[in-house]
Amino acid sequence: MPQPILRIENIHKAYGKTQVLRGVSLDVYPGEVVVIIGPSGTGKSTLLRCVNQLTVPDQGRVWLEGVELTAKGTDINKARERIGMVFQDFNLFTHLTAVQNVMLALTKVKRMRPEEARAKAMAELEKVGLADKADLYPAELSGGQKQRAAIARSLAMDPEVMLFDEPTSALDPELIGEVLEVMRKLAEEGMTMLVVSHEMGFAREVADRIVFLENGVIVEEGPPEQLFQDPKQERTREFLWKLTELYGNHGGSRSRRRPGCS
Amino acid sequence: MLLTEIAEELAFAWRILPELMKGLVVTLELTGLSLVAGLVLAIPVSMLRTYTRGPLNWLATAYVEVFRGTPLLVQLFVVYYGLPEMGVVWSRFFSAWLALTLNSAAYQSEYIRGAILSVSEGQLLAARSLGMPPIQAFRWVVLPQALRLALPAWSNEVAYMVKYVSVVYMIAVQELFTRAQGIISRTFKVWTPLLEVAVVYLAVVYLVTRLMDSVERRFRIPGLEGGVERREMV
Repeated sequence: MPQPILRIENIHKAYGKTQVLRGVSLDVYPGEVVVIIGPSGTGKSTLLRCVNQLTVPDQGRVWLEGVELTAKGTDINKARERIGMVFQDFNLFTHLTAVQNVMLALTKVKRMRPEEARAKAMAELEKVGLADKADLYPAELSGGQKQRAAIARSLAMDPEVMLFDEPTSALDPELIGEVLEVMRKLAEEGMTMLVVSHEMGFAREVADRIVFLENGVIVEEGPPEQLFQDPKQERTREFLWKLTELYGNHGGSRSRRRPGCS
Repeated sequence: MLLTEIAEELAFAWRILPELMKGLVVTLELTGLSLVAGLVLAIPVSMLRTYTRGPLNWLATAYVEVFRGTPLLVQLFVVYYGLPEMGVVWSRFFSAWLALTLNSAAYQSEYIRGAILSVSEGQLLAARSLGMPPIQAFRWVVLPQALRLALPAWSNEVAYMVKYVSVVYMIAVQELFTRAQGIISRTFKVWTPLLEVAVVYLAVVYLVTRLMDSVERRFRIPGLEGGVERREMV
C-alpha cells in the first residue's frame, strides 16, 4: 500500500454547543477520487475546511505528504498552495477578470513575473474551455463558466490535492454538466480529489471511494458499486434511496430539484 | 442710478477675484491634503475596527467616536490652541491640516469599514485558500473592492470637505472664506464678497462632483457598483 497523500485523523469541531464533527478519520491516496456524501448540516464542508485549515479543528490532526498541517510552526500558507479549493459559490474575485483571477496568486504568492503568470493563466483557462472569456469579469460569466474559472484558478497553483465543496450545488441544472466534465477530466489526469457532492452520476463513474458522513461521523465508506448496490448500514441505504428519489434514478443532472445545501 | 451701481459692484467683484482665488488655492490644498492623508489613516483604522478585538479595536473605536462626536471647530481649537500649551507648536496651516485630516479620517474609516463588511467573506476565503497571507489577501482582494464600494460615499466626503475647510477661518488660515471675510472688514462691503464667495464654492463643488462622477465611471466594474448611486437618491 502506498503512503496516503492526505491523512485526516480524528477531527473534532464544534460551533458553540453544536458538535459538527465528532472524530472523523480519512486517508486519501495519490490519484484517488473520494466523494463525500451526507445530509445537510452533517459537517461535510467543515471537514473540507479543516483539511486546509480555513477552519481550525478543535482536535485531531491533518497531514499532507507526511507533513502535519495542524502542527504549530507549520507554514499553512505554503501548504495551502499545494491544496486547491473550489467553493460552492465560486468566490471568483469580483474586481478581476477571469485571467486576472487566475494570475493573482501566481504573481503575489508564487512571485511569477506578470508575462509568465499570464501565459500560465491562459493555459489553465484553455484547459477548462474559457480562453475566449479571459477578459470578462465574473459578473459577465455564467455560473458554469465562473466555476470553471475558479477551478482554473486553483489548478494554476499546481496543487497536489484538490478539494471541491459542492461545486455544482449553486448551478442551474443545464450548467452542471460542463463543470462535472472538467472534474472528470481532472480525475482522469490523476489528480487527487476530495469532493463533497450529491451528483450521484459523477460519484458512480468517477469516485474510487464514497464516504457517507452523518452527524459528524463516517457511517460507511467503500467503492461506489458496493455502497450503491449493497450498503451495510441501514442509514446509508435510506439516504441513498432519498437521493435517488430527489435526483432521479441514475443520479446525473436530469429533472433535478435543488436540495438544501449544507 | 441703478445701472451705475451694478457696474461698480461688478467692477469691485472683479477686482477682489484674484485675492479670492489665492484663498481658493489654499482651500483646495487643505481639501486635497486632508482627504489623502485622511484616507491613508482611515484604511488602518477601518482594518482595526473590522479585524481585531481587544485594546486595538477599542482604541480605533474611541478615535472614531471622539472625532465624529465632537465639533470640528473644537478639534481645531484643541490642535491650534490646546496643544501649544503642552509645548507642541505648529503653523496655522499645519494645525488646520492636522485637525481636518483627523476629522476626515474618522468619517472615511466608517465608509471603508462599511464597504469592507459588504465584501463577501468568500472572497477572503478564496484568497486564503490560494496561500495568500491575511495582509496580502486584504491588500489585493478585499481592499480594491472595498474602495470601489466606498467611492460614492467618498465623493460626498470630497464635496463636504471643500466647505468644511472654511472652519479654519477661525484660526486665520488664509483660505477662501477668510479672504472674503478680510475683504468685508476692510471695505465694509458685505453682499458682493459673500455672494461671490458662495458662487465660487458652488462652482468648485459642482466641478468636484463632476470629477468624482467620472472617477466612479472610470473604476466601475460589472457586478461591483457602489452601494448607493447618488443620482438614484431622488
